[in-house]
Amino acid sequence: MERIPILKMGDFLLVTIQVDMHDRLVMNLQEDLLSRISQHVSKGVLIDISALEIVDSFIGRMIANIASMSRILDAKTVVTGMRPAVAITLVELGLSLEGVITALNVDRGIKLLEKLVEKESAVEMVGDDYYHQD
Amino acid sequence: MAASSKLFDIYNKHSADLLTSWEAEQKASIRADLIKVSELREQSKEFLRLFGEALSRGNFKNIQAPEWALAREFLTSISHSRGLQGYTPSETATFVFSLKKSFMNKVRQEGGATAANMDEVWELSDLLDKLGLYTTEVHQKAREELINRQQLDMLELSTPVVELAEGIIALPMIGTLDSHRTQIVMETLLQRIVETSASIAIIDITGVPTVDTLVAQHLLKTVTAAKLMGTECIISGIRPQIAATIVHLGVDLGTVITKASLASAFHLALKKTGFALVKTTGHKV
Repeated sequence: MERIPILKMGDFLLVTIQVDMHDRLVMNLQEDLLSRISQHVSKGVLIDISALEIVDSFIGRMIANIASMSRILDAKTVVTGMRPAVAITLVELGLSLEGVITALNVDRGIKLLEKLVEKESAVEMVGDDYYHQD
Repeated sequence: MAASSKLFDIYNKHSADLLTSWEAEQKASIRADLIKVSELREQSKEFLRLFGEALSRGNFKNIQAPEWALAREFLTSISHSRGLQGYTPSETATFVFSLKKSFMNKVRQEGGATAANMDEVWELSDLLDKLGLYTTEVHQKAREELINRQQLDMLELSTPVVELAEGIIALPMIGTLDSHRTQIVMETLLQRIVETSASIAIIDITGVPTVDTLVAQHLLKTVTAAKLMGTECIISGIRPQIAATIVHLGVDLGTVITKASLASAFHLALKKTGFALVKTTGHKV
């Protein structure tokens, strides 16, 4: 069965979506990702959708769902590299993905994840001059 | 056809006379400061020639027919040039209409004001009316083209996305927003976000005269789309009246950062990206 690879990078899981998503594929991704998070006790998940050109309301909702499920499993989720056309489509569909953290590219996404995880684990750290996203 | 050929006969017989009396007629009515006498004479002569040529072919009913192609072409160029010289459409049409009086005089000379030449009078009048209206049509078409072109220019001019600092871009919006423009604005902004990989975008609406529900909704959409791509938006330049309108309309801008001026938005953006503006000492402006 077709699956999207999930790579482990230290505390984080990395998912890069390189093919067009269909409903079955995204359901599989959700299952796989959740089991991997609990298996590795991951602190963060990065989903790169820079190659994704077409979204529908279902895929959009699933992205939001995956993010909130991971959050419940104590893994911060960052969605990166959304294309302008995809962003416009999601907004027109009325999906603003509330609660999903986004970043412009994988580079920034990783930095953002590190900050988010660091902030939580190191309480004694003072001052956060990195621009944080709520 | 008898009447028609008679018109042509009259034209043939009196063409020189026609030209002089027509010119005199035009000079009486035209604004002389906008066109040279010699140019006017050239135009009159040329049109009369083409008019006679078309008359000789014998089609008096339909000026769209190929017989009238040359005359139409000439009128088009006249309408264009007069439009540029600052004549009103009716003044341009008068160029053709003024021929009526001179021509009618000739018809009268030939046949007297009798019922017998009413046919010619009617045909001539009809023909010149059509040609006069044609110049107006051309004028209007030229105007419409101009307006369309200007609209396109405005669309291109009105959506500049500028980079203010590393990772900060600004979109100063100017003019009234309609749905077509808002779409372009949104697309340009998102495209520039990708190109510059900006982390903060400032949308400045100082130049937007009115904000209605549609515009507000569009602003929210743009902000959300930018956020989906990982870029934070700040809306600046909201004037007091507009702030009041937004609240009265019941639009919720609660999730959007708003600043009164572009300067304060820029300061916030600098702070968020970790920059600081430092005033150097010892410099006098």
